[in-house]
Amino acid sequence: MRAKIELEGINKRFGDVVAVRDVSLSVNEGEVFGILGPSGAGKSTLLKLVDLLEAPDSGSIKVDGKRVDARSGAACETRKHIGMVLQKPVVLNRSVWNNLAFPLRLRGWNEDKIEEKVESELRKLGLHERRGKNARTLSGGEMQRLCFARATIHDPSILLLDEFAANLDPANVVLLENQVRRYMSEKGERTVMIVTHNLFQAKRMCDRIALMWNGDIIEVADRERFFGDPVDQRTSAFVKGELVY
Amino acid sequence: MVIDSALVQVTLLSLYVSGVATIIGSAIGIPLGALIGLSEFGGKSVVKTITYTLYGFPPVLAGLFVYYLFSRSGAFGFLGILFTPTAMILAETLLVIPLVTGITITSVSEVDKSVKDTVRSMGASHRQGVLTVMREAWVGLVMAAMIGFGRVIAEVGAAYLVGGNIEGETRVLTTAIMLETRMGHFGWAMALGGVLLAVALSVFLFLRLLQEKEML
Repeated sequence: MRAKIELEGINKRFGDVVAVRDVSLSVNEGEVFGILGPSGAGKSTLLKLVDLLEAPDSGSIKVDGKRVDARSGAACETRKHIGMVLQKPVVLNRSVWNNLAFPLRLRGWNEDKIEEKVESELRKLGLHERRGKNARTLSGGEMQRLCFARATIHDPSILLLDEFAANLDPANVVLLENQVRRYMSEKGERTVMIVTHNLFQAKRMCDRIALMWNGDIIEVADRERFFGDPVDQRTSAFVKGELVY
Repeated sequence: MVIDSALVQVTLLSLYVSGVATIIGSAIGIPLGALIGLSEFGGKSVVKTITYTLYGFPPVLAGLFVYYLFSRSGAFGFLGILFTPTAMILAETLLVIPLVTGITITSVSEVDKSVKDTVRSMGASHRQGVLTVMREAWVGLVMAAMIGFGRVIAEVGAAYLVGGNIEGETRVLTTAIMLETRMGHFGWAMALGGVLLAVALSVFLFLRLLQEKEML
């Protein structure tokens, strides 16, 4: 399998706080990779480093085999092939329609193509009736589904999900997880990284899982081994819900 | 009838001078404020402090500065614009710029970091990101223009100094009120004050409606 994302010796501090410590990781093309861990473990920072929104203090990040510096102009180009959904739905202060069209306009699509794509996505989302309303008038679940559709409408090859269903009711969780499955099934070369502290979601969604603890990756394993036969005692305690932190 | 046309002329000139100064001041202050607010550079906090301190820039000093530059012996005296509405617009623009810049800095800085991260994560270039954040800060940017307009429509020192309060040429509502009061025409001064208030409130109401407009 081809490595899609490669992190090597990544370190990141915020003042005195070490958010990510010497992390090396490889995420393969076509897999759903989960990062589990308690709050404050550095999971979200790691995802922002992968999305090149933060620059590491040291270490390198490669996407599709190419090293990318988050501070360089190339980072913007690389981000165009990545979609990201945050825990808190972030909609722009404009209509549902224009929220979906936004990433396409950034990429210079022509208006006819944008209209066709946005209309089709709105029907899939079940938000076609509300396309002319300001996106801030949607419910939390609708907003998050809109954010997901906006993150994937431009057909990114990498999707980064940061606690993307943490605050939602079970029905919306199912809808969003189905959106992830549909995204993965549409093309084989897509890659998803999910940050979550929800063990059940990781079990349902991920092919491989890493446990992050105080900025370190302490274990990476495929799903069966991670949940059935973990090597590290902390992983074992975490999956049994016994890890006290 | 003569008085009516003079009143209309003075009112229109007030609107023209204050309106153009607000537009020019906003055209400079909004991009400048967005640039300062959304960029990281050494000395940013000093630049912000200077901008905020300039809120208190005395209008009469702005007038004096323009007077000095455009008087016959000044560096730009050859342009011959002293005691014209152009000089008044220049002086008042100097008063608008720090206000609009400062309020824009605050407005764009207050846009949630998650919005800025989301816009960047969607692949926006620096320029596209700045423009999107400015749009998100729309309410604050309109507020900046409102406060800039409010300052100059009510201003008298700079307008008097560089305009000269010449009847039919540079007399605006505030300088006319001053003149009528000095001449003991309190009734007229009060009436002009009412017109000034009505003009200011109408413009503010218009901007407020613009601010409240749902973004689609």
